[in-house]
Amino acid sequence: MTDATDRSPAPRLSFGGAWSYDPAPEASDWVDRRDRRGLFIAGAFTAPAGGVWFDSLNPATGAPLAAVAQADASDVDRAVAAARAAAPGWRALPGEHRARYLFRIARLLQERARELAILESLDGGKPIRESRDVDLPLVAAHFFHHAGWADKLELAFPGRAVEPYGVVGQVIPWNFPLLMAAWKLAPALCCGNTVVLKPAETSSLTALALCEILQQAELPPGVVNVVTGDGRVGAALVRHPDVDKVAFTGSTEVGKEIQRAVAGTGKGLTLELGGKAAHLVFEDAALDSAVEGVVRGIFFNQGHVCCAGSRLLLQESIAEPFLAALRRRVERIRVGDPLDKNTDMGAIHSAAQLARIEELVADARAHGAEVWQPDCALPGDGNWFPPTVVTRLGHVDRLMREEVFGPVLAVATFRHPDEAVDKANDTAYGLSAGIWTDKGSRILDLAGRIRAGVVWNNTFNRFDPGAAFGGMRESGFGREGGRAGLSAYVRSAGGLAAP
Amino acid sequence: MSGRIDVSKTYKLYVGGAFPRSESGRTYTPAGAPGVNVCRASRKDLRDAVVAARGAFGGWARRDAYNRGQILYRLAEMLETRKAALAAELVAGGSVADHAEALREVEATVDLCVWHAGLADKLNPLLGSQTDASGPFFVFSTVEPTGVIGVVAPERPALLGLCALLLPVLVSGNVAIALCSESSPLAGLALGEVCASSDVPAGVVALLSGHRAELLAELAKHRAIDGLLLAAGDAAADAEAARLAADSVKRVRRCTLSAAGYAEPAAVRRLDWVEPFVEVKTLWHPVSAR
Amino acid sequence: MSRSGFDVPPVDAVALETRAAELATRSIKRDAKRRGLELVIAMTDLTTLEGQDTPGKVRAMCRKARQPFAAAPPVAAVCVYPDLVAEAVGALRGTRVAVAAVATHFPSGRAPRALRLADVRHAVGEGATEIDMVIDRGAFLAGRDGEVFDDIRAVKEACGAAHLKVILETGELRTYDNVRRACRIAMLAGADFVKTSTGKVAPAATRPVVLLMLEAVRDFYLETGRRVGVKAAGGIREAKDALRYLVLVNETCGDGWLTPDAFRFGASSLLDDVLMQWRRLATGTYQRPEDFSRD
Repeated sequence: MTDATDRSPAPRLSFGGAWSYDPAPEASDWVDRRDRRGLFIAGAFTAPAGGVWFDSLNPATGAPLAAVAQADASDVDRAVAAARAAAPGWRALPGEHRARYLFRIARLLQERARELAILESLDGGKPIRESRDVDLPLVAAHFFHHAGWADKLELAFPGRAVEPYGVVGQVIPWNFPLLMAAWKLAPALCCGNTVVLKPAETSSLTALALCEILQQAELPPGVVNVVTGDGRVGAALVRHPDVDKVAFTGSTEVGKEIQRAVAGTGKGLTLELGGKAAHLVFEDAALDSAVEGVVRGIFFNQGHVCCAGSRLLLQESIAEPFLAALRRRVERIRVGDPLDKNTDMGAIHSAAQLARIEELVADARAHGAEVWQPDCALPGDGNWFPPTVVTRLGHVDRLMREEVFGPVLAVATFRHPDEAVDKANDTAYGLSAGIWTDKGSRILDLAGRIRAGVVWNNTFNRFDPGAAFGGMRESGFGREGGRAGLSAYVRSAGGLAAP
Repeated sequence: MSGRIDVSKTYKLYVGGAFPRSESGRTYTPAGAPGVNVCRASRKDLRDAVVAARGAFGGWARRDAYNRGQILYRLAEMLETRKAALAAELVAGGSVADHAEALREVEATVDLCVWHAGLADKLNPLLGSQTDASGPFFVFSTVEPTGVIGVVAPERPALLGLCALLLPVLVSGNVAIALCSESSPLAGLALGEVCASSDVPAGVVALLSGHRAELLAELAKHRAIDGLLLAAGDAAADAEAARLAADSVKRVRRCTLSAAGYAEPAAVRRLDWVEPFVEVKTLWHPVSAR
Repeated sequence: MSRSGFDVPPVDAVALETRAAELATRSIKRDAKRRGLELVIAMTDLTTLEGQDTPGKVRAMCRKARQPFAAAPPVAAVCVYPDLVAEAVGALRGTRVAVAAVATHFPSGRAPRALRLADVRHAVGEGATEIDMVIDRGAFLAGRDGEVFDDIRAVKEACGAAHLKVILETGELRTYDNVRRACRIAMLAGADFVKTSTGKVAPAATRPVVLLMLEAVRDFYLETGRRVGVKAAGGIREAKDALRYLVLVNETCGDGWLTPDAFRFGASSLLDDVLMQWRRLATGTYQRPEDFSRD
């Protein structure tokens, strides 16, 4: 009898046999994904000078959604000229008036939130649950928050008179298309700058829909201009001689190119670049909560997050049970149709990004790492990659050092807090970090010693328009959000100048 | 004939709290003081300074701000007692024509030092914040120093200009490697003697004399340097430095004050000169009694 | 630090509540909804625990329990005070519906152990096959975990073959850490179910608390191989709400708990709304309350 007990298999959980969910697709037929909207210059949509259009694809199916304009240098000229022309008037407006426009935009965004969330999921591949519950509420909040700053700048910067830069060129990435537009536009406009915004080539649709909202808000023409297209458009924008400040969010590699390009021009520059965040879990942590945090840290938005908690550092004493719990949890992640309301993880944004993810995982595998993926069915068309946990890695592995920008968690262990800090800081990046421990004094010490602009303690991937966000080291400089974020969009006489 | 022959001073570099000669053995005679040999620092000297600076960074950065303030105040005390000597070095270095003007520059430097001594423990109150974040989270932002900052001092004023750039960098806990005025380095190098006698930890400040054209690129390129503050005024050289600095995403700023501009206290007592070389760090923690 | 050897990992309240809220956004449609509602019916402990309870009230409730509506499955059990067990047993003879009794001087449990055990033996003697006991919250909050453990062990023994559900009264334990530890004590002491609440204290069942209890029984199962059930009781009145609890079960513990043997709803009025929604799915038409029995 004892023998029988001993030989009985380890208890296992099983899922999906007793009750499964029917598809719950968000209706999208009512959303206008207007073909060929064009460039948004001086308050109106306009065709690109070169007459070139390209398709924006649905990453979940590969099907074209709408044709987007490919701007050329002359279009960038026109957009910058429109922003320049609008600059004196916008800057001269009383802050209270600028505030009114931003409040209006915030309200209009709330009114049309569902439409924009659907468009974001269609064009970007992210689950509707996230675009609906995270992206869009934050987009509106960002405008609302900064609206309130517009007439309080003298309170934000006591003791010095601040002025806007003038014309700001902003280049944003594809992972949070509308949210990044909001992060860039709201503070720039609030401080009295006019803007030329360049969305990412593969995710322009919501930025163009936002232009309609700007029209509805009767924002003066030229205050915001949007030029779409590939990397050449961004390059032309940041190099344009009549741009006074450049703000960029994207890869460290491109960020460095931009920093080189603007060196010597005196243009202001803020960079929000890549990351390889350490996510530390100590043996005294709230384990189930930490598992949730780790999942949120790396699989949110398919891991297309610059601040993703992509390096899990586990205290060695709990590594095995924690990984077992993590795997059980990851098996519950529902991967599939981004528009299904029950989807937790959507499509990889582009074929190119998928190839990059596959390459880095293959490299880790080739160097002896253990690659674990749940047994989950992926749709046939489009770009898909399952949630992935990689163990048996060293800090020399590329997966530990390079930003994957995908749902791939690299795992290593540490023995004590000092080693945890050393490993956390063993990177060129410094954007974010996470710490899970039940000991408050340890949190405050480690958070101080880890070189990262955002440290989430017993939580992860939380954002607020009032909370400064941005990196140290090669994750960039300048902050977005709150008072620190405002200072990226003003200058004052006698201040230290941009080089 | 006088009965006494003066003892003249050999001007050496200040690196890691010590006063080495250049490892290269090279010297030059600065334009302002053609009769004096000063060390012509090499790129290797600069790299040695970086090693010392990185070693000193953690300790200086994590020191209580109150303590950093006290050390900067001690620096002011030491400057004050050496006023006459420093003024004489400004004159001897060819930076200032007469002793009275030199004395005014040293006094302005002392005053600036005191201003920064009092600023050290005000940075988080002034630049940090608490966020009214939505949701059950306590969210606050602190500021901390960036790291190792390369400082290129203006040619003039040789002492006040150097300190006007060093102090806003040091006050937050950064460590600095400074290139002194190339044409008038004597007072700048003498600052090392003040630092060494005022509890400034070894490695926190490095003072190099030499040819800017030779050293600036190394300062800009070195990946263990985190920021650059340029005040030499050569636009083309600064632009090139800024370009090289991009490889490690350095924070780069230029000071565009004229030589006369430094004398105006309000021009150099500026919180917004501190800001480019601090890093805002935002901490989140959930709030719940459950 | 161990108070009593009943060590459990700490719980972060905000992370737990966030996960529960995320799972509450699951959209349950069509067939999944129909099957879900049928599961809810089959998992219900139809309950009346009032001072004004009478044999007539209990008989009517038992009739509804056997088949609440044409073609609907029976509920799992009826839950009554010990003095009405005999009435319920009589009314349910020959059916699969179990009779559960709250015992141990429900709801406060403030009586000497001997009296509480007598209460249990009496209920079992009357024919109850499930006993819902309350833990000694006073002892628990005073740090006498061992006493709580011994109590449960003694009640389990008094139950004999009857299944034991241990009511933690989570609204009085207040913190998630307490709930987690109380679960551990109950499971180690032999509980067949851990149950949130008496229904007499607010808050009763909440989604985060039930999620936490599900995590506790899941981990205990993985550790020991013994499957302990969870009963969410008190304050669950709407079908939509019940389905959200079912989602927690489905995504935390899985198939093994999607059965009346391992998950129960303790409710008095929930069943009516569940039936309304269930009929709506069958007929395509929205229903009105008076089309269903109020018993």
